[in-house]
Amino acid sequence: MENNSSLWSDAYRRLIQNKAAMIGGIVLVVLILCAIFAPLIAPYSYSYQDLNLGASKPSWDHLLGTDVMGRDLLSRILYGARISLMVGFVATSVALVIGVSWGIVAGYFGGRIDSVMMRIVDVLYGLPFIIFIILLMVIFGRNLWLLFGAIGAVEWLTMARIVRGQVIGLKNQEFVLAAQAMGVSNFMMFRKHLFPNILGPIAVYATLTIPQVMLLESFLSFLGLGIQPPMSSWGTLIKDGVESMEEYSWLLIYPGLTFTITLFALNFFGDGLRDALDPKTSSD
Amino acid sequence: MLLIFLKRVLAAIPVLIIVASLTFFLVRLAPGGPFDSDRAVSDEVLINLQEAYNLNAPLSEQYFDYMSGVIVGDFGPSFRYPGRGVSEMIFTGLPVTLELALYSILIAVLVGIFSGVLAALKRNTMLDFIPMAIAMIGICVPTFLMGPLLVLIFGINLEVLPVSGWGNLPGDKLLPSITLGFAYAAYIARLSRGGMLEILGQDFIRTARAKGLSERVVVTKHAMQGGLIPVVSFLGPAVAGLLAGSFVVETIFQIPGLGRFYVEAAFNRDYTMILGTTIFFSSMIVFFNLLSDMAVMFLNPRARD
Repeated sequence: MENNSSLWSDAYRRLIQNKAAMIGGIVLVVLILCAIFAPLIAPYSYSYQDLNLGASKPSWDHLLGTDVMGRDLLSRILYGARISLMVGFVATSVALVIGVSWGIVAGYFGGRIDSVMMRIVDVLYGLPFIIFIILLMVIFGRNLWLLFGAIGAVEWLTMARIVRGQVIGLKNQEFVLAAQAMGVSNFMMFRKHLFPNILGPIAVYATLTIPQVMLLESFLSFLGLGIQPPMSSWGTLIKDGVESMEEYSWLLIYPGLTFTITLFALNFFGDGLRDALDPKTSSD
Repeated sequence: MLLIFLKRVLAAIPVLIIVASLTFFLVRLAPGGPFDSDRAVSDEVLINLQEAYNLNAPLSEQYFDYMSGVIVGDFGPSFRYPGRGVSEMIFTGLPVTLELALYSILIAVLVGIFSGVLAALKRNTMLDFIPMAIAMIGICVPTFLMGPLLVLIFGINLEVLPVSGWGNLPGDKLLPSITLGFAYAAYIARLSRGGMLEILGQDFIRTARAKGLSERVVVTKHAMQGGLIPVVSFLGPAVAGLLAGSFVVETIFQIPGLGRFYVEAAFNRDYTMILGTTIFFSSMIVFFNLLSDMAVMFLNPRARD
């Protein structure tokens, strides 16, 4: 990697100079650490109930207060971060694997294979996936892994289009032709020659997919079709907060604030990454 | 144009048939029958019920029965509300949802285009930064959080607007429409700013300015026609998002629209209702996608291939 580091080191330099992106990145790192070490730093267990306490305002014992069942809100937000971020990363990876393979194959082989594959993508684009996901959750129960799979299966379409476009741009370049002339197998071509060259756009789009996935999950949880109690994602916490917001507004405000800050951080970091890796298409 | 339109309509029909069939068989796969409830039903009653809804017939017969009903707009009876048809329920809820969607789209388009175009014209000034910062908030604060927060501020703390309902109290349509429209206003503002910036740098704009046209004419007659194409192509897919948003907004504000019926049906496992609304929503989404594609083709000659 020493010799071809110019693109990445340039991008790194530009990213470092982008304050909004750096703040977003730092917030994300802190959040991820909080999620990983939630059992160590959370003051209480997410399911521990102090029924004598009921819903109490933020205090020194419970920094963000407690919910109507006397559960510590800070701990629930910390544990909720695990679910929400995990959904974001796992579902995005599912989308990434499907979308990248689909796009590389379609773009590289071209011709009839390409037109059939992209036609399928076009048709799927027009379908009401949110309704299908709700249908799946209703019929097969609210299963966490089904949720990951269903969300990931929806979000791969744009990725496939982006990757295909990139591959078409690459496939007539000399290094690909040279590799073809040397008889490199298709799989090695994808892995060694095409994939590393489209890593930039993939990284950018993946970062921007994570917030969308998290929104989708919390949307489902808000409707009561996502994560089931006593586990909680930020979506479920917001739902609970809405139900009791008239008397206990902190139950809505703190989870909502956490969720919003996370989405901000992801969007700023993603935008920054895009500007850094591809200065030509930066947003203005 | 007409030929392309007809071709697209023809291509949409198999898509809709696939959607309808897929939903039909998915619903039949569901564990537990529609009459499972807390109250135990005697075998005799169950048999009668299944007889009444024709659930004992072979699956293929049920399928063709159902599909031929759908073609003439009959989605069958509701399993949960005896005596009421799914089509009837859809058409009670539809006007409410359409009204909500219309107000939201109006808010989104007016506010979004105005602030986006203004931001593009006054680039890198406060008139650019402030609307774009607000737009970022609109994108990052989800509808299901925006709605309750607006209720908390204007309904509960300031007590200036009703917290729920639709058409019962003066002003009760305002908060739901703003809640649903805000996110789209944000997207449209960003899209129109980007589109306008791209167009404003092109040669024909310089020509228009050079021949002495006023800035107002340059912007409204020349730049906006091309600069707003991204907005038009966004509006079709936005309908899908708007429907999903209506599930949330109608639940929060207790609005008796199609979105809330759908969410209730999902909870009650009212399978015929889920099936009917899914097919109905899908056709709407396919139709609006078609409409916005056509509009883009009409506005942008280069897209007609």
